[in-house]
Amino acid sequence: MDFATIIQILDSAVRLMTPLLLACLAGLYSERSGVFDIGLEGKMLMAAFTSASVAFVTGSAWLGLLAGIAGSMALSLIHGLASITFRGNQLISGVAINFLASGMTVLLGIKIFGLGGRTPALTDGGRFNEVTLPFADALRDVPFLGPIYSELISGHTILVYVAFALVPLTWWVLFRTRFGLRLRAVGENPASVDTAGVSVTRLRFAAIALAGILCGLAGAYLATGLSAGFVKEMTAGRGFIALAALIFAKWRPWSALFATFLFGLLEAIANRYPNLDLGIVTVPSMFMNALPYILTVIILAGFVGRAIPPRAGGEPYVKER
Amino acid sequence: MAAAAQQTGGRPDTAAPYAIELRGISKAFGPVQANKDIDLRVRKGTIHGIIGENGAGKSTLMSILYGFYKPDRGEILVNGQPITIADSQTAIRAGIGMVFQHFKLVQNFTVLENIILGAEDGGLLRPSLTKARGVLKQLAQEYQLNVDPDETIDELSVGHQQRVEILKALYRQADILILDEPTGVLTPAEADHLFRILEGLKAEGKTIILITHKLREIMEITDSVSVMRRGQMVASVETDRTSPEELAELMVGRKVLLNVEKAPPQPGAPVLEVRNLKLVDDEGVERLRGVSFDIRAGEILGIAGVSGNGQTQLLELLGGFPEKGAKVSGSIRMNGQELDLTGTKSDAATRRARGIGHVPEDRQSEGLIMDFAAWENVAFGYHRAPEYNRGLLMDNAAIRQDAERKMEHFDVRPRNPNLAARNFSGGNQQKIVVAREIERNPDLLLVGQPTRGVDIGAIEFIHKRIVELRDAGKAVLLVSVELDEILSLSDRVAVIFDGRIMGERLPDQTTTGELGLLMAGVTDTEHHDVEDGIPPAHAHVDEQPKEPR
Repeated sequence: MDFATIIQILDSAVRLMTPLLLACLAGLYSERSGVFDIGLEGKMLMAAFTSASVAFVTGSAWLGLLAGIAGSMALSLIHGLASITFRGNQLISGVAINFLASGMTVLLGIKIFGLGGRTPALTDGGRFNEVTLPFADALRDVPFLGPIYSELISGHTILVYVAFALVPLTWWVLFRTRFGLRLRAVGENPASVDTAGVSVTRLRFAAIALAGILCGLAGAYLATGLSAGFVKEMTAGRGFIALAALIFAKWRPWSALFATFLFGLLEAIANRYPNLDLGIVTVPSMFMNALPYILTVIILAGFVGRAIPPRAGGEPYVKER
Repeated sequence: MAAAAQQTGGRPDTAAPYAIELRGISKAFGPVQANKDIDLRVRKGTIHGIIGENGAGKSTLMSILYGFYKPDRGEILVNGQPITIADSQTAIRAGIGMVFQHFKLVQNFTVLENIILGAEDGGLLRPSLTKARGVLKQLAQEYQLNVDPDETIDELSVGHQQRVEILKALYRQADILILDEPTGVLTPAEADHLFRILEGLKAEGKTIILITHKLREIMEITDSVSVMRRGQMVASVETDRTSPEELAELMVGRKVLLNVEKAPPQPGAPVLEVRNLKLVDDEGVERLRGVSFDIRAGEILGIAGVSGNGQTQLLELLGGFPEKGAKVSGSIRMNGQELDLTGTKSDAATRRARGIGHVPEDRQSEGLIMDFAAWENVAFGYHRAPEYNRGLLMDNAAIRQDAERKMEHFDVRPRNPNLAARNFSGGNQQKIVVAREIERNPDLLLVGQPTRGVDIGAIEFIHKRIVELRDAGKAVLLVSVELDEILSLSDRVAVIFDGRIMGERLPDQTTTGELGLLMAGVTDTEHHDVEDGIPPAHAHVDEQPKEPR
């Protein structure tokens, strides 16, 4: 494996981890506030569909992005209404959202575009283009650092850079701002926030709204950045992988970056080497493709250390007497 | 001390308004009238006690004052000004601070973060944290409220956590501090310290409302006291003009014996012999570090200690249901026979069959199934008993009949065996559990926190039954965090600290101060033999007849 190949695999890993990272941060805001969100998958899927549709109709990737955020937000609000306002079960609400998104996107897709649930392929303008960072071409021939800069760091769509910038931003918000303090507190002990005279409901809605925006970005990136249009079930379990990464990362932003990178890397390797030849045996492609999911199972089974979720996670807040 | 609070009727003197005045507060939850026409006046700069049984409406009243509930009727005046307290923010702004019985702290936050939560200045944390650090230092000096601001809450003792709650209120510039059952979780020394802090706050002109069911605390620290019964305020008096007996009578509505009357013990042969019992839980924490003691027939051994020092593990182990994954060693002998500690015969059913009854510490999770009917709960643990079964089926009619009989013996109210356990009051729930265990006539009764969350009337009743069991020649192991209860019931008192028995005392030859020191882990120099795992001989002391307490 030469240097150029490594750069290519890493480059591919960065592209593939981006939707995971965005969804993982979405889950982080939601779950830090004490609202479990297994509807990440559905929200991403809905966002992918709405963004691809609007981007196709208007020819603008940016309008598509806004539509993606709107689609995802709509589902977030349903989740909030069900699990915060009406104190329903958060897991069931999340499952419902996943089913709803899975069915609605295909139904609307067939009704509107008549392509069996797909949206028409997006042409330039409807997609996010790759951003070439300054001097990327000039530095291409510098040994070692040149390719790293011009191939790995430069040449991604704007959403990739946004996703990476959100990691330190999220850390800062969580640990350096009043909103972050209250958010963490409401996920640990909502009564402490309530008795301090701060609204638990409002905080939790703010958190799931943020989750809605981030899932919107993730879905839009899938449909208008990573590929050129919506395909049915295109999220392919990424929402659940993001959830696994969130647990792996113990609900921390920087760890989320590394966890999602690991998943992205596995996917990139599987794409690059469908049949990995180890000399003695050839690993079949099915196994390679299953790697991220296998890792998910391992993480969720708790093999990777004990992860303590926010203490009040999953429980609707009821004022006690 | 002025007796202004005793006057009823008439407008308050506007020159010296009350810190808190409630007029005709009523609050119903569905058909339950939690508060009915409550009038309350609390003078500025005093400590005012509110006393009443569980369910008398104390907590509801205070929740109304703190903006958790809206009263159906009535008026609230703070410092003479009428005010509508719609939410906690309003209460805080009006200068009311509340220290809840169950602390409202974020466990993995630092003290400082907990203090500023909800009272931050601006969107960024740093300035608030810096400011709070300064204020905290000042408050610590002023009121002996020392806590390390950078420690996280889960590293603090319960007493220190409570200080954080008080500091939270003071940081929000509370002038009126409400404390709900503040001493329930404290050692006697911690409670004394708390009282000194409260005296200091009072000296600074703060008004303190102390909610408690402990008469001793009311007598010790309050200036005036209001008594609640069944949602109503039945009396408001100056503390120095009343007595514990009068207050107890007002609370319950009838005469109550505060101290258990019992004859000197007539101990017989050892029933339970525990030697060098050790338990390491699945997280590797040593919960019991070599506990040894004996209990003889006709004797009550009380185990005193602050909760969390191994009592729970001891009871669970003796009862036959130690925590999963715990490693256990040592020996337990029951009526001279070795009990299986770890094998297949170490389960709760076998223990019960050997004559060990168990009233668990937490009746709601271990003593009862809350959603099951009373009659079903009466059979639990003994559901394999022949009289409850008929071939393969349970004999529900027999169980129901038995339940009715037991409920009558123990005066469980309402006497309806079909009612779910959840729908009984705390005291009556406990009576169901105690009835189930005592009526089986066990050789050894394990009792954990028999009167936690139980009203005075039921406490008296349960205590009497425990003493009757002892007088019938049975052994009783009593675990309680209430020192008063330990002292009035036990024939001998052992103090547990950090998984060790720190020493043994006779209840009439010790003081709460001495026991408090042992409970805080101050080594008992007089009883070296206990530390070595050999229980001290008691024959010499038992020969001296004791004064009935």
